Amino acid sequence: MLSVDLAARRLGLRPGTPVAKAQALHPDLLIMDADPDGDRAGLERLSLWFQHRIAPIVAPDPPDGIVLDTTGADHLHGGEAVMLENMVSRLKEAGITARAAIADTWGAAHALARYGRERITLVPPGETAAAITDLPIEALRLPADIIDGLHGLGVSRIGPLAGMPRAPLTLRFGPDVARRLDQAFGRQAEAIVPVRLQAPVQVSRNFAEPISAAETIARYITKLVPPLCAGLEEREQGVRRLDLLLHRVDSRTEAVRVATAMPVRDVRRLTRLLCDRIETIDPGFGIERMVLTASLAEPILHRQGVSALIEEEEADVSDLIDTLANRVGTQALYRFAPVESDVPERAVCRVPALAPEDGKEWPDHWPRPTRLLPRPEPIQTMAVLPDHPPIFFIWRGIRRRIRCADGPERVFGEWWKGDAELTTVRDYFRVEDTSGETFWVYRTGDGEHGETGSQGWFLHGLFE
Amino acid sequence: MPAPKPRPALEALRAQVSRLEGQGRRRRGVLPFGMPEIDGRLPDGGLALGALHEVAGGGHDALNAAASGLFSAGIAARTRGKVLWIATRQDLYAPALQQVGLSARRTIYVAASSDVDVLACFEEALRRQGLGAVVAEVGRLSMTASRRLQLAAETSGALGIAIRRWRRQTDAADFGQPTASVTRWRVSVLPSVPLPVPGVGRSRWLLELIRARAGECADFEVEACDAKGRLAPCRLALPATLADRPDQEAAGHRRARA
Repeated sequence: MLSVDLAARRLGLRPGTPVAKAQALHPDLLIMDADPDGDRAGLERLSLWFQHRIAPIVAPDPPDGIVLDTTGADHLHGGEAVMLENMVSRLKEAGITARAAIADTWGAAHALARYGRERITLVPPGETAAAITDLPIEALRLPADIIDGLHGLGVSRIGPLAGMPRAPLTLRFGPDVARRLDQAFGRQAEAIVPVRLQAPVQVSRNFAEPISAAETIARYITKLVPPLCAGLEEREQGVRRLDLLLHRVDSRTEAVRVATAMPVRDVRRLTRLLCDRIETIDPGFGIERMVLTASLAEPILHRQGVSALIEEEEADVSDLIDTLANRVGTQALYRFAPVESDVPERAVCRVPALAPEDGKEWPDHWPRPTRLLPRPEPIQTMAVLPDHPPIFFIWRGIRRRIRCADGPERVFGEWWKGDAELTTVRDYFRVEDTSGETFWVYRTGDGEHGETGSQGWFLHGLFE
Repeated sequence: MPAPKPRPALEALRAQVSRLEGQGRRRRGVLPFGMPEIDGRLPDGGLALGALHEVAGGGHDALNAAASGLFSAGIAARTRGKVLWIATRQDLYAPALQQVGLSARRTIYVAASSDVDVLACFEEALRRQGLGAVVAEVGRLSMTASRRLQLAAETSGALGIAIRRWRRQTDAADFGQPTASVTRWRVSVLPSVPLPVPGVGRSRWLLELIRARAGECADFEVEACDAKGRLAPCRLALPATLADRPDQEAAGHRRARA
């Protein structure tokens, strides 16, 4: 186990315990796989938040910390103590248990935040050395094998380690020990490489005279999109979401948002997508400023095209998908994909129109109806039990005599989905009436046992 | 058709006539049915690409559009490229389309909220090059709307199929109204091929070609689409495999003029 939460700590579990042992002690333990990449990304995001709120120089300190240079920033937040208290309580609101320390050096603050006695530690300037002498040597950001070696020498605190002669230590463990000690005591400078917030690509235009005509708006859209695309090209990115903000003279803002299925950097396509939405803009007394922001951009992946000599490349329809999605909504464009289920309505699921193909297909051994009713409709029938098709049935007020039929195709309930389906059975028949219309009807139950269903008949689909 | 001798004067006249007919109308090729009986009746020997075609179901199928849907899916299955299927009522069952050769990987569905949206999406998609076929389920289709669609299809060369599907049986009389589509089909179900054993045989359809631009109306009795989307002539039933009956044909003419 790499990390445990407070509840687990109360149970006596500690990081480093084998998972099997912990599970043997507490069988109902919730165990999640470690996700170092996710943790790092989360730290980055949190650092950006700190950069936004507290101080400009912020860097993630993996695996579990963030380091800030608050020099000159504390008085903006009411002093160092208030600032730390504020940060910790805000993190607590977000569900993060945090410890914080302020010291003269990164190394000392790192050590105190992790091994200090208090949740929040403040070290006045110049007292760093005294504050960290009592801490264990694990606090020094040294590799695990060096820590083990030092323990082997009988050194466990920073103070005694700092008092030892440097030359033998360096000879035995390399330069790291001396460097970390110097960094912690402030004898050697250590730079923080701050995270950098990448501002979204944004272009804007102010108007001396407010504009309101649709044609004028369209003209300025065509002028705003090319510089935006040029900015994206520098970053090798494409737009997934584009926001056009129109500031009106009466201080209100109209917004148009278009989304694309794939990253796009094509001037014509983006112009077209935005111009399609002009009719939704209410210009009021006029628009004095237009801002176009690529609020969600993703790298455009270049790939090699298919050689035309071998196979024909399938036309790219993503621009059409975007145009339609901006008209009817992204949810309204989809493909059907197979799901491994014998229950007909569960055998299909909707996937996004441009989702990658997985090559699966539905099994082809039984004919399936062209139209499947959204929910099966009850029908009145006469049928010989247990396994004969109906002789006639009445659906939507029309009585139909069955001329011929195929079946039954028995579909069992999916017992793993719930207790209600433990014993249920459906018997599907494909029946054709005297006029040639073909239907898909089923009986709930096997025709013999009451627990398999109500033995009622339903119409579920229409063949041709 | 082998031309015996080049006739420059005639060629020049033909070119002039085609210019008069419209600049955008280029020869786009056709999608043959693979049945000589049907292809022989259609100008150029198949369904014209870059054109709008209408399909409706006969009888109850005008509401359910099951047979007409499967007929359209069979046509779409024989094209290349992605297929767009636009509808307001989404009750198609994708495994059935796979059984006539229209793979779910190729088919993108658009759920429109109204007939107006369907027509707008239909036109937008028809303007776009590179799609195999665009299928839309609409009820009312006015002359203006269909002309727009036809022009859009001509610019791109896409195959447009409008499945006419109504909410009430009485609305189905709308199919008599003229539209700008190149062909109009009505698909009615016939009793299936009888089998020597109990069971349902391969379905049969009565295909009525109600209108064909530069062609004649005709009725065909066919067996429903197979796994590749192809139709087949009825093997038994009538002595003439093709129900090419003069009285029906006359009726077709009357309907087409109505």
